[in-house]
Amino acid sequence: MTAQPVLIIGARSDIAMALARRYAAAGHDLQLAARRSEGLAADAADLALRHGVKASVHELDILDAASFGPFLDSLPVLPATAICVVGVLGEQAVSEADPAAATLVIRSNYEGPALLTGLIANRFAERGSGTIIGISSVAGDRGRASNYVYGSAKAGYTAFLSGLRNRLSKRGVHVMTVLPGFVRTRMTAGMDLPLRLTAEPDAVAEGIYQAAAKRRDVIYVKPIWRLVMTVIRAIPERIFKGTSL
Amino acid sequence: MMIEGWGRFPRQLCRVHAPRDEAALRMALAEGPRIARGNGRGYGDCAMQRNATIDMRAFRRMLAFEEENGQLVVEAGVLLADVIATFLPRGWFPPVTPGTKFVTIGGMVAADVHGKNHHRDGTFGRFVDWLDLMTEDGTVLRCSPQENAELFAWTIGGMGLTGIILRVAFRLRRVESAWIRQTTLPARDLGEVMALFEANEAATYSVAWIDCLTTGAAMGRSALMLGEHATTDELSRVRRSAPFHVPRKPVRKVPVDLPQVALNRMTVRAFNALYHRNARAGAGTSVVDWDSYFYPLDAILEWNRIYGARGFMQFQCVLPTGAAKEGLTALLQAIAASGQGSFLSVLKRMGGEAGGMSFPREGYTLALDFPFSERSASLMDRLDAITLDHGGRFYLAKDARMAAATLRRSDPRAGAFAAMRRECALGLFRSSQSERLCL
Ligand SMILES: Cc1cc2nc3c(=O)[nH]c(=O)nc-3n(C[C@H](O)[C@H](O)[C@H](O)COP(=O)(O)OP(=O)(O)OC[C@H]3O[C@@H](n4cnc5c(N)ncnc54)[C@H](O)[C@@H]3O)c2cc1C
Ligand SMILES: NC(=O)c1ccc[n+]([C@@H]2O[C@H](COP(=O)([O-])OP(=O)(O)OC[C@H]3O[C@@H](n4cnc5c(N)ncnc54)[C@H](OP(=O)(O)O)[C@@H]3O)[C@@H](O)[C@H]2O)c1
Repeated sequence: MTAQPVLIIGARSDIAMALARRYAAAGHDLQLAARRSEGLAADAADLALRHGVKASVHELDILDAASFGPFLDSLPVLPATAICVVGVLGEQAVSEADPAAATLVIRSNYEGPALLTGLIANRFAERGSGTIIGISSVAGDRGRASNYVYGSAKAGYTAFLSGLRNRLSKRGVHVMTVLPGFVRTRMTAGMDLPLRLTAEPDAVAEGIYQAAAKRRDVIYVKPIWRLVMTVIRAIPERIFKGTSL
Repeated sequence: MMIEGWGRFPRQLCRVHAPRDEAALRMALAEGPRIARGNGRGYGDCAMQRNATIDMRAFRRMLAFEEENGQLVVEAGVLLADVIATFLPRGWFPPVTPGTKFVTIGGMVAADVHGKNHHRDGTFGRFVDWLDLMTEDGTVLRCSPQENAELFAWTIGGMGLTGIILRVAFRLRRVESAWIRQTTLPARDLGEVMALFEANEAATYSVAWIDCLTTGAAMGRSALMLGEHATTDELSRVRRSAPFHVPRKPVRKVPVDLPQVALNRMTVRAFNALYHRNARAGAGTSVVDWDSYFYPLDAILEWNRIYGARGFMQFQCVLPTGAAKEGLTALLQAIAASGQGSFLSVLKRMGGEAGGMSFPREGYTLALDFPFSERSASLMDRLDAITLDHGGRFYLAKDARMAAATLRRSDPRAGAFAAMRRECALGLFRSSQSERLCL
């Protein structure tokens, strides 16, 4: 099997590291991009040693759109698969009160990921092949009082990926949207998560890896979430507005 | 949270931190008294501290490997099992391994573990080129035989009491296959098994399973197991074509805490089966895979539950060669008289001593385990006394109950270690064990 390189954007997240391990185990070279990427050198060494693949580290801030072109030019090769894992949950109450905080959440979950995946998509389209995987969230399926700033940004990213998929489906480029439910990571550390609805990062990575191989379009890592969100989306707004979900 | 060692005794309520990087680790250090914890395979209270127990398992990256000399650099929380999974297929094996692969490299250094090759190759510490140690105030020191040599020596076998081991560089050894050529020799009594150990000093691996229940003329009857890494020409044609490939075996798990009565009978039967099978001439040689040879117990996850909820206690001492025969006889007599069989009773010849608080010394080591009870506690006091009378000492990685005075009497180095810890202001690194032992 040829080691098709995989680019992981936001590589320091737990889900990203789990993805890196999964792809490396299957023999893929890795390009790990993150801000404050110095700390990733050890992870790259570990992946390379354990799995006998090449792993490179690249500095990238998702809020710095001007750097995206040079960043892509600096990669050892244009990857076969690019996965964007970047996201910021923020605190809803703070986002409501402080526009600067809300801006950060909106830009980190929507603007940055959308612009960068868009540029990568153009290069993949030119080459005529490639897989783009965007990690969005079930929070984007319907705005809720508890996290609608984050949720609306994710909704934007979900819509962006859907459009991209539509545009590129005849150009050999596959786009997959991932809508994880709860995942036990740094983002959710300390939260009281319902066990049946919560996945471990390694399980999320496995789910993404398998689904990408089957060229699925939209996945809810844990199948139960598809059901949950179908119900949540079906509730009439008149009733929904009075609930606290 | 409640934590326990592999023996499940004692169980203590400890504040557990699981830092993910050095900055978070430094913050945990600021909490006061603390001890590092690896994978919790120490039997007693060596990896517990009520105030701050620092789980090092997030430090699990392998950092570098040099093909020319086999030097591997890892973070301290890397599991030995992962090292083997990564490097055995490339022809490398740990230079020294304990009887379970589910230990961290940090834990192996801190206990200065020994394996079945101790008589030939010494402890794990001998293969450590350097280590990085986070000390009292969070500074990180590179320690090696050349640099901070004294701290290096005390850290190996220092049971976490000199600081937090962050990274370790150690040497793997080359092997030709994943298979071990094993020879089992039955020995009718203690004298015979000791003579066999001595006659087989040249063997790479040697260890004996000793029957602790039989008294009289056959007291100490044993099955001595010798092992060598199999070369490719010792393998069957099929195996030779892929010498590092071992078919996967199912892993079992002890489903519930077993009642204690079931055990003794099981042990005796298993021992008898092994003993009699190999007693026939020439029956004793076979080629077994690395996992079955080194880690038979790992195939049964959570086997420590066979002792029931109250847990069990390990006893491991080493007796100097000169006093070994007499001392072992006295130990076996005391065990037989107590009527307490030990599920696993292991006898092994040991080679020379290393520095610091490293446990092994030239002589014989006996390791036993007993289900937790009042009776076994008093038996262990008795075994302590016999060990002291014969100039022996005890393995801290197995201890959960020894008295401070016993340690001081058995090991003059304990006083020097405590003094060194005071002098170098390392007193905040302390475990429930070190508090009990006044180290
Ligand atoms: C089935 C079984 C068989 C065994 N066989 C053998 C054997 O044949 N030979 C042998 O020598 N031992 C043997 N042992 C004991 C075992 O090897 C040691 O107890 C080892 O230290 C366990 O490693 P761990 O990672 O689980 O450490 P823990 O049990 O978590 O900790 C053990 C000690 O190491 C210290 N420590 C752990 N990590 C660090 C760190 N990063 N920095 C500083 N200190 C640290 C702890 O403070 C503690 O004092 C066996 C244990 C079991 C359960
Ligand atoms: N955990 C869940 O329950 C859950 C549920 C649904 C969706 N998700 C989504 O899954 C993805 C991964 O999340 P996670 O749970 O693994 O949490 P995480 O560890 O917080 O991951 C988010 C990652 O985004 C990176 N990032 C944030 N701002 C950035 C910027 N300006 N430039 C570059 N990178 C930036 C972070 O980098 P730093 O490491 O430098 O901070 C971090 O690695 C996110 O998109 C998240 O929204 C998570």
